[in-house]
Amino acid sequence: MTATAGHDPHGQGPGDGRSAQPSEAGFPALLEDDLEDLYENAPCGHLSTLLDGTIAKINGTLLTWLGYRREELVGQRRFSDLLTGGGRIYHETHFAPILAMQGEIGGVSLELRTKDGSRMPVLVTSIVKAGSEGQPQLIRTAIFDAKMRRAYERELLDARKAAEREDERLRHLVGKLQRSLLPAVLQTPPGLDSAAYYRAASTDHVGGDFYDLFPLVDGRWGFFLGDVSGKGVEAAAVTALARYTLRAATVYDPDPAAALRNLNTVLWQEYREDARYCTVVFGILTPTTAVGGFTAVIASGGHPEPLLLRADGSIHYHPTKGRIVGAFPDSRYTNTTVVVNPGDTLLLYSDGLTEARPVGSETTDGRYGTAALARFARSLAPTTAAAAVTAVTALLDTFGTGLTDDTAVLAIGAPSHRA
Amino acid sequence: MRVRNRNNVVVTGREGGPTVVLAHGFGCDQHMWRHVAAEIGQWAQLVLFDHVGSGRADPAAWDADRYASLDGYADDVLSICQDLDLQQPIFVGHSVSSSIGVLAANREPDRFSALVLVTPSPCYIDDETYRGGFTRDDIDDLLGSLESNYLGWSSSMAPLIMGNPERPELGEELTASFCRTDPAMAQVFARATFLSDNRADLAAVKVPTLILQCAQDAIAPPEVGAFVHAQIAGSRLVTLDATGHCPQLSAPEATAAAITSFCRAAYR
Repeated sequence: MTATAGHDPHGQGPGDGRSAQPSEAGFPALLEDDLEDLYENAPCGHLSTLLDGTIAKINGTLLTWLGYRREELVGQRRFSDLLTGGGRIYHETHFAPILAMQGEIGGVSLELRTKDGSRMPVLVTSIVKAGSEGQPQLIRTAIFDAKMRRAYERELLDARKAAEREDERLRHLVGKLQRSLLPAVLQTPPGLDSAAYYRAASTDHVGGDFYDLFPLVDGRWGFFLGDVSGKGVEAAAVTALARYTLRAATVYDPDPAAALRNLNTVLWQEYREDARYCTVVFGILTPTTAVGGFTAVIASGGHPEPLLLRADGSIHYHPTKGRIVGAFPDSRYTNTTVVVNPGDTLLLYSDGLTEARPVGSETTDGRYGTAALARFARSLAPTTAAAAVTAVTALLDTFGTGLTDDTAVLAIGAPSHRA
Repeated sequence: MRVRNRNNVVVTGREGGPTVVLAHGFGCDQHMWRHVAAEIGQWAQLVLFDHVGSGRADPAAWDADRYASLDGYADDVLSICQDLDLQQPIFVGHSVSSSIGVLAANREPDRFSALVLVTPSPCYIDDETYRGGFTRDDIDDLLGSLESNYLGWSSSMAPLIMGNPERPELGEELTASFCRTDPAMAQVFARATFLSDNRADLAAVKVPTLILQCAQDAIAPPEVGAFVHAQIAGSRLVTLDATGHCPQLSAPEATAAAITSFCRAAYR
């Protein structure tokens, strides 16, 4: 018996008793040497087009997917005719130019439009077949069914969009929480100037700086500017606690040192386990109506010293002493007095300003530092609260990526004698 | 310097020749002009650039609001001309850059000496009797295509040409950027391109204008070329024996020859 049954679908010759072994007649099928069959019934679509896109050859698999007869497509239609409207634009604006420039393109996700109008997601790879002289002759395209992959990709895209939405929601919440911890509108004592500025280091986290300026019942005003350790939701909780504790304390006893001692006790009781604390400058100001300035009684808990910018152009740091608030069980604070006359400006700030690492800093540790801030303040004095805050804002802009912490600035000034 | 960096401006071709600005369309970048530039550059000084959001334009210059409308791109074209102090250049715009050129020319009527609109379409979407060739759904479909190609896009393109011995003329620098666009920027540019309607701007064009269209174009069919021709008084319409939306790639010699003969006439 000779092997003649090349297309025997069972791979087994007639009358062959050894059914467990492939017969001689079955070998040709196993050798996969029928190239026509291999092309026509490949597990992917095959398409050859002329350089203008006209379909020259198409395999049975792709015809089955599309639902067309061969004669409806060959010589009649172009590859882009098989795509959806958007896919056609994509083909013309991305696919074809890359193919023309680079000779091949792979793994492009497109959708075929079948004869009955339905869509079939596919992945498309094309190469330009060149003749012996290197001149382009044909475009060969392999097309893979991508229904499953597309479903998976859609899930990935949906997940990405969901993540982006969450991110947006988070930013929104952070912004809202941040604003709730700062005065919506800064009030100004009658006859004085005030201005404030807050810059969060990140839009993802609630910053830990806080400030306020608010009237008391007897014509005096309270003000504070502080900085809570850490960032994020835990820091925001401490910020809220500090802010409202200070405001409440002034209602019973408008004494800055007492208010800080009170805050120290509250933070120590509440947060000593978590080592949460803050630095803060707290003051009560009394307008000196006759002169047009104010006197402020100030206490500080470990906070950078306030700056005074005088009407005569001089500046100095107002010395303060006091331990970080909430770090020790029984901290005591001292009141000092600042007299602000017409043309003087009192500037409170958080260490985000002095601890920033601007490019070209002259300090050994690369920080901006108190000396540089003093020089900067001297270049401003005499000034007004608004001008000082504007200038500091511009200064922060120049720090760029060197600004790593939140920064708050609060200025209270007495206008120079009116003309 | 800022503008040149922003738009990756490249000045090449014949020094002292008439100036020709070549503006690429939606999808790719200035490399689209590679073959045509080799021809025209023999007699003209060429100014090539990438629209912000495409090719090697500065990503930091991206502004989703500014580039949501073709006016943003037209502003950039004018600022390039100002920055380089170009004297009455000829503006050649492909596809959507035709509309961008029309907007720029109308805003500064003395800026350009002539316009060449390559496969222009002032409006891609069908509208009553006007046939742009697409529906709103098609455009949404395109935005979907851009998005679904996002996942494989960034990493799959680069290796394609590296070490391609058959095409030694294509350098690595080309592979790195050609047709590679941040999908978010491409979405904005696609919307600006395919949802704009600049039909009313055509009649205001007062400079000599050449319209180049392809005999077969799946994006800007011959009727659209004829429409543009009818709207711009005194314009010339040349139909190239070419297929596709990018004759500068499918028929670079014919495209360059048509531009050259028109420009010769414009400079006579």
